[in-house]
Amino acid sequence: MNRYPLWKYVIVALAVVFGLLYTLPNLFGESPAVQVSSGKATVKVDSKVLERVVATLQAAGIENSGIFLDAHGVKVRLRDTDAQLKAKDLIEKQLNPDAGDAQYVVALNLLSSSPQWLSSLHALPMYLGLDLRGGVHFLLQVDMRGALTKRLDALSGDLRTLLRDKNVRHAGIAREGERVTIRFRDADTRTRARQIVEDNQPDLQLAEQGEGDDLKLATTLRPEAIKRLQEFAIKQNMTTLSNRINELGVAEPVIAQQGADRIVVQLPGVQDTAKAKDILGRTATLEIRMVDDTPGAVEAAQAGQPPFGSDLYVERGGLPLLVKKQVVLTGDRLTDAQPGFDNQTHEPAVHLTLDAAGARIFKDVTRDNVGKRMAIVLIEKGKGEVVTAPVIRSEIGGGRVQISGRMSTMEANDTALLLRAGSLAAPMEIIEERTIGPSLGADNIRKGFHSTLWGFAAIAAFMIAYYVLFGLVSVIALACNLLFLVALLSLLQATLTLPGIAAIALALGMAIDANVLINERIREELRNGSTPQAAIHTGYERAFGTILDSNITTLIAGIALLAFGSGPVRGFAVVHCLGILTSLFSAVVVSRALINLIYGRRRRTESLAIGQIWKPGSQARAIAD
Amino acid sequence: MEFFRISKDIPFMRHALVFNVISLVTFLLAVIFLFSRGLHLSVEFTGGTLIELSYAQAADLEKVRSSLGKAGYTDFSVQNFGSSHDVLIRLPLKAEQNTAKIGESVMSALSAEAPGASLRRVEFVGPQVGKELAENGALALLLVVIGIVVYLAFRFEWRFSVSAIIANLHDVVIILGFFAFFQWEFSLSVLAAVLAVLGYSVNESVVVFDRVRETFKKVRGLTTAQVLDHAITSTISRTIITHGSTQMMVLSMLVFGGETLHYFALALTIGICFGIYSSVLVASPLVMWLGVSREQFVRVKKQIEGANRDGAVV
Repeated sequence: MNRYPLWKYVIVALAVVFGLLYTLPNLFGESPAVQVSSGKATVKVDSKVLERVVATLQAAGIENSGIFLDAHGVKVRLRDTDAQLKAKDLIEKQLNPDAGDAQYVVALNLLSSSPQWLSSLHALPMYLGLDLRGGVHFLLQVDMRGALTKRLDALSGDLRTLLRDKNVRHAGIAREGERVTIRFRDADTRTRARQIVEDNQPDLQLAEQGEGDDLKLATTLRPEAIKRLQEFAIKQNMTTLSNRINELGVAEPVIAQQGADRIVVQLPGVQDTAKAKDILGRTATLEIRMVDDTPGAVEAAQAGQPPFGSDLYVERGGLPLLVKKQVVLTGDRLTDAQPGFDNQTHEPAVHLTLDAAGARIFKDVTRDNVGKRMAIVLIEKGKGEVVTAPVIRSEIGGGRVQISGRMSTMEANDTALLLRAGSLAAPMEIIEERTIGPSLGADNIRKGFHSTLWGFAAIAAFMIAYYVLFGLVSVIALACNLLFLVALLSLLQATLTLPGIAAIALALGMAIDANVLINERIREELRNGSTPQAAIHTGYERAFGTILDSNITTLIAGIALLAFGSGPVRGFAVVHCLGILTSLFSAVVVSRALINLIYGRRRRTESLAIGQIWKPGSQARAIAD
Repeated sequence: MEFFRISKDIPFMRHALVFNVISLVTFLLAVIFLFSRGLHLSVEFTGGTLIELSYAQAADLEKVRSSLGKAGYTDFSVQNFGSSHDVLIRLPLKAEQNTAKIGESVMSALSAEAPGASLRRVEFVGPQVGKELAENGALALLLVVIGIVVYLAFRFEWRFSVSAIIANLHDVVIILGFFAFFQWEFSLSVLAAVLAVLGYSVNESVVVFDRVRETFKKVRGLTTAQVLDHAITSTISRTIITHGSTQMMVLSMLVFGGETLHYFALALTIGICFGIYSSVLVASPLVMWLGVSREQFVRVKKQIEGANRDGAVV
């Protein structure tokens, strides 16, 4: 009765192999590395960059222990930190000849030293949280009210233009809190205005107010428009943040949305918070200017004498371009930029949307300058970059602008991204910040590791002393539990924090409960005179219901923590829940498989090595081997 | 080895009243401390700035304090953190302070009188975050309580679920009482420990209740008190060994885990000790007083597997 069918053994064996495989990468440690990623949305890291890096290192005679290209960029693994620093400087010099205008981010990083075949199985070491590896964590609150106010201000300008274009006389337009109020002197005008606004601004909700000669039309944004606005604001802020963080040279930055209006930024390895904050808080501006196409002026500018009132820029293709200093439009007037396709030619294109005031200016400018070129310049850190410089083919009214021609889909995407990156959609505020030094991180790992190790050793020693062979089986099951837990955490790439390590230790301390329950039950059966085989069978069977109940109650607590926890509590809860699940399997299935292997095949088992069984009323009988 | 050589059931229920009075007194004391002293909440809940410094030599706290005072900081606290080399500075939340530069400005303030410090950690928590954390913590506690009550009521009987949750919530209050009495810092990880303990010590009640149900089903002619005594006695060995093992792990955290895990492990220790007491000696009498009886479990007459004829089974 104590035999498992073959498939159960196979499952246990497979689980152990899986556990070993995915735990393995954690044992190899990490080696110093240099990572090259793109510094700008317009720059792609591809095999050409890989070749350049290889050539640079070869020329300098720096040996590497692995160089490859992945989704994040080119990664070079190096023998020691000296070689790492040297390689970083060399690659930096080679790839970014102009330090003020970096095309690539060259960052120091640590890479797992596990062999390639493991990485190709997606077996990676656990992802360590900032408290274990050091770095900066920011929680930013996006000011949605600010975004809304900004939108409403733009809206009142739009309404003013709209009504003027349609010759509707109003007595003033003003933003009051979260709505824009238009005043009228008579009801007819109001009805006409209402019609016009409804036709042109589908995002608005209108309500008539006031009486006599002080009539009002209160306009508010529809809830779905507000929702769209908020989603757009947070997305745009995240895009802008990631563009800026690239400059910091962080190997694996994390930029994620948390809740409806918060953004988490984690920069592992960064210690200079002041600089990080400076960069996060900076704003870039977008300017539309006309291209100066006076014959001979470009040549003069290249010789060092740009004509008065113009700046020399380099276009994306590498050609020099002279742009007038006078700004036609600023990025504030741009409400959206999306990649798409031309309706007629089906070529990739970028669609821009301007607000009403911007549209009017744009219409005038394009009318006067058909056939000429305009340049869209992104200015950041006081340095400008020409995003695109299209030729004006005809007068463009209505605020919907399309830039197309000689663009790939990828380029259209990049251009739209850059145009949107112009500014943050809504102001942000840092509401939580954590800086953890690298030495503290290493300390925390050591402390967590020691706690688990010694706790485990103490439990193992006690279990073996008290339950002998059954104790040993319990300890092996517990070790399997640790193996599965670490493997799962590595596989899921869940962030491991110090509370997470504490949860691993606690999971082990609690998981032993199941084995104690089983072993006590078996002893009890023996005490009541069951045969050894029957005792094992009923012991496991009876204990299982209790184990299930007690684990489910613990799991309920774990899930509540997971649902409501944030930060350290979440890190704890993830491991806690996983630990309960793995312990159910290891304590019940793995230990039973081992016991079955040991005892199941013996026809006549006289005794079980489960320690001394004391029977009331009789002489203590030692059954232990 | 066999630690527990108990030949007769221990009459726990005869002393039920005593156990409950003891626990009621402890509970009331905890409540009094909670109200009179309050919890010493960490920066995570109150908002503010936390700076951890490390000196190569033993740190001179007086000098750190005086240089911070000279730099214009008020209401700060400076204390050792783990060892004499490490210093923890807490600064309250102030509207006018530039939080972006607080780490650097503290370091520069210290460089004059207490130089040689290296910055180990800076934590800044804004006011809105703290409030949310407290609310979420309370919500999580509520969810755990409801979840456990519903599950136990479904698996056992409402009497069991009510007594288990009363017994275990009283553990939670006692842990908080300890934290209030000693003014230990109550942080997010302590909160995690408290909730984990809640789930864990309900285990204990579950194990006993499981036995109670089993005994009711198998054995006739015992009074409820005798059934409870029997259930507790036959599981006591497992109770002590399991909790001993868990406590070994927690002790290891207390010894090796450093300052960060110190209060976490401490909360677990208190939780485990009171958890045994309350879930065995408080929950069981409550079940008895709520009127649990054999009829609630034995509805359909059927022979239970493995039961002896004389009924003297475990």
